[in-house]
Amino acid sequence: MPATLILPLLGLALAAALWAAATLLLANETPILANFAPAEAFRALSRLAVDPVMWDHVGVSLQRVAIGLAAALAIGVPAGILTGVSRVFAQTTTPLFQFLRMISPLSWMPIAVMVLGVGDAPVYFLLAFAAVWPILLNTAAGVAQLDRNWLMLARSLSATRAETLFRVVLPGIVAHILSGVRLAIGIIWIILVPAEMLGVSAGLGYFILDARDRLAYPELMAAILVIGALGFLLDYGARWLYQHWLHKG
Amino acid sequence: MNAPQPLAPPPGTDAAPETVLGAERLSFAYARSGPVFADVSLGIRRREIVCLLGGSGCGKSTLLRVLAGLETAAAGTVRFLGQPLTRPHPRSALVFQQASLLPWLNVFDNAGFGLGFKHQPAIDAAARKARVREALAAVGLAGREHAWPAELSGGQAQRVALARALAREPELLFADEPFSALDAITRAEMQALLVDVVHRWQAAVLLVTHDIDEAILVADRILLMAGKPGHIHRAWTLSIPHPREDHPEAVTALRLQILSALRAGNAATAPHAIPS
Ligand SMILES: Nc1ncnc2c1ncn2[C@@H]1O[C@H](COP(=O)(O)OP(=O)(O)OP(=O)(O)O)[C@@H](O)[C@H]1O
Ligand SMILES: [Mg+2]
Repeated sequence: MPATLILPLLGLALAAALWAAATLLLANETPILANFAPAEAFRALSRLAVDPVMWDHVGVSLQRVAIGLAAALAIGVPAGILTGVSRVFAQTTTPLFQFLRMISPLSWMPIAVMVLGVGDAPVYFLLAFAAVWPILLNTAAGVAQLDRNWLMLARSLSATRAETLFRVVLPGIVAHILSGVRLAIGIIWIILVPAEMLGVSAGLGYFILDARDRLAYPELMAAILVIGALGFLLDYGARWLYQHWLHKG
Repeated sequence: MNAPQPLAPPPGTDAAPETVLGAERLSFAYARSGPVFADVSLGIRRREIVCLLGGSGCGKSTLLRVLAGLETAAAGTVRFLGQPLTRPHPRSALVFQQASLLPWLNVFDNAGFGLGFKHQPAIDAAARKARVREALAAVGLAGREHAWPAELSGGQAQRVALARALAREPELLFADEPFSALDAITRAEMQALLVDVVHRWQAAVLLVTHDIDEAILVADRILLMAGKPGHIHRAWTLSIPHPREDHPEAVTALRLQILSALRAGNAATAPHAIPS
C-alpha cells in the first residue's frame, strides 16, 4: 500500500470507530439508534449495491447534476466573458450578481415549483442557479487575466471575433472555468439532496426520505455513505480534469 | 511637402516596389496622456533591417503598433506595399518582448498559430506544415515540435515566437524589444539568428530597441527617436560589414555618435534644459 494512503485510511477508520461508539452509547437510551450503526449501514450498502433500483436513483441524481452543470456552464461562461470584456456590463451586473449569489438557492423552491410545476424542472433550475455563480465569477476573472499579448497577436492576425473567442479567449480561460466547475459541482451536490426532497420521486434525496418513511434506517445511512462517496468522486474527477489541463500547459 | 527631415522617404518612393512600408507625417495621441509622436515620416525598403532606438517612453512601441496597423494614427498615412493600411497586413508579423506562446498548444501548433485564419492567405494543410517545419528548423528547434511551452527556456520560447512570425512568410517583421528579457549570451545568439533568418526569408525588419549595441550589430539603418511629442531625431545608414564584431573601430565611432545624439535629443526635451 502506498504510504500516502495510510494516513487518509486511518482517518476514515477512526471516523468509523467514532461512529460505531456513538451509536453504541446512544442505543442504550434510544434503542432505535442501533439501526444507524456502521455494521448495519454497510450490510444495507452491500445489499443496495446490487439493487438496480438503487442504481436508478444514483443515475437520476447524476443526470440532474450533469444537466444542472451544463445549464450553469451555458449561462455562466458567456455571462462571465461578457463581464470580463465589457466594463459597462460588469458595472451594471456586479451588485446584482453579488446580491443573488448570497440567496440560498433553496429559497427559490416555492416560486420555482409555482412557475415550473412539480417535477424535474424546478430541480434543474435550483441546481443551475446555485452553480452559475462560481462559473461566472471564475470566467470573468480568467478573461481579466488573459495575456494582453495574446489578444494583440490575434489582432495582428486580423482574427475574426469568432477566431479570437475560440482560439484565444476560451482556451485561455479553461483553467479558470474548470476551477469554477469544481466549485460548482461541490455546490450542486450539496443542493441536490434537499432539492430532491421536494416533489420528485427518484434520486438520492428522495431515497433518503423514502427510507425514513419505510423505517429502513440502515438504508438511510447507506444512502448517506453513497452521497458522500459520489460527491468525493465527482470532486476528484473535476480536480483531475483541472490538473490534467494545467500539466499540459 | 515634407519638412526638411533627413528620414522622409524621397517623394514617390511609397509606390515604388522597393518600399515595403511607407509612413508619412504620422501623428498619434492617447486620449489620456496626450500626443505621443508627431509628424513622423519613414520608409522601410525590402530586406532592410531598421532599428528604432530611443529612450524609455518616447513612443517607440506606439509608433510600431501604428505602423503595424494595430492602432490608427490621428493624422498621416501608412502604406504597406503601396496600399493604405487599414488593418494588420497579412504579410507582416509581430514579435514581442515576451514570447507570449499559447500554453495550451505545443511548439508546432504555436509556430503555426493563425496560418489558417480567415484573413490570412489561404494555403493548404500540407504547405502549412512544411512552412512551420522549415521555420522551426531555421530557429534551431527541429525535433522540439511536440514540446509544451512550459518546457522551454526563455530563449527557446522566443525562438518559437520568431518561428511563428517566419511561418507567415512576412514581407516585414515588427519586433518590439524581442530580446530584452533574455540574458546577455542568449541575446547575442538571438541577434545573430535574427539577422540570419530574415536574410534567408528576405524579410524586412523594424526592430524597436533601447540597446544601442543591439542596434549597431544588426541594423542597416538606425532611427533615433526623441522629443515630446516624439519624432525621428536622427538617422544613420550603416555600411559596416557583418559580422560587425570584427570592426570594433567603426562600431565604437558610431556608438559614440549615437550616444551624443541621444544626449542632445534628451537635453532638447528635458524639462530643465538650459538653452546654450
Ligand atoms: N495604452 C496607453 N494609454 C495611454 N497612454 C499610453 C498607452 N501606452 C503608452 N502610453 C503612453 O505613451 C507614451 C509612449 O509609450 P510607448 O510604450 O510607445 O513608449 P516606448 O518608447 O515604447 O517606451 P519603452 O522603451 O519603455 O517601451 C508613454 O508616455 C506612455 O505613458
Ligand atoms: Mg516599448
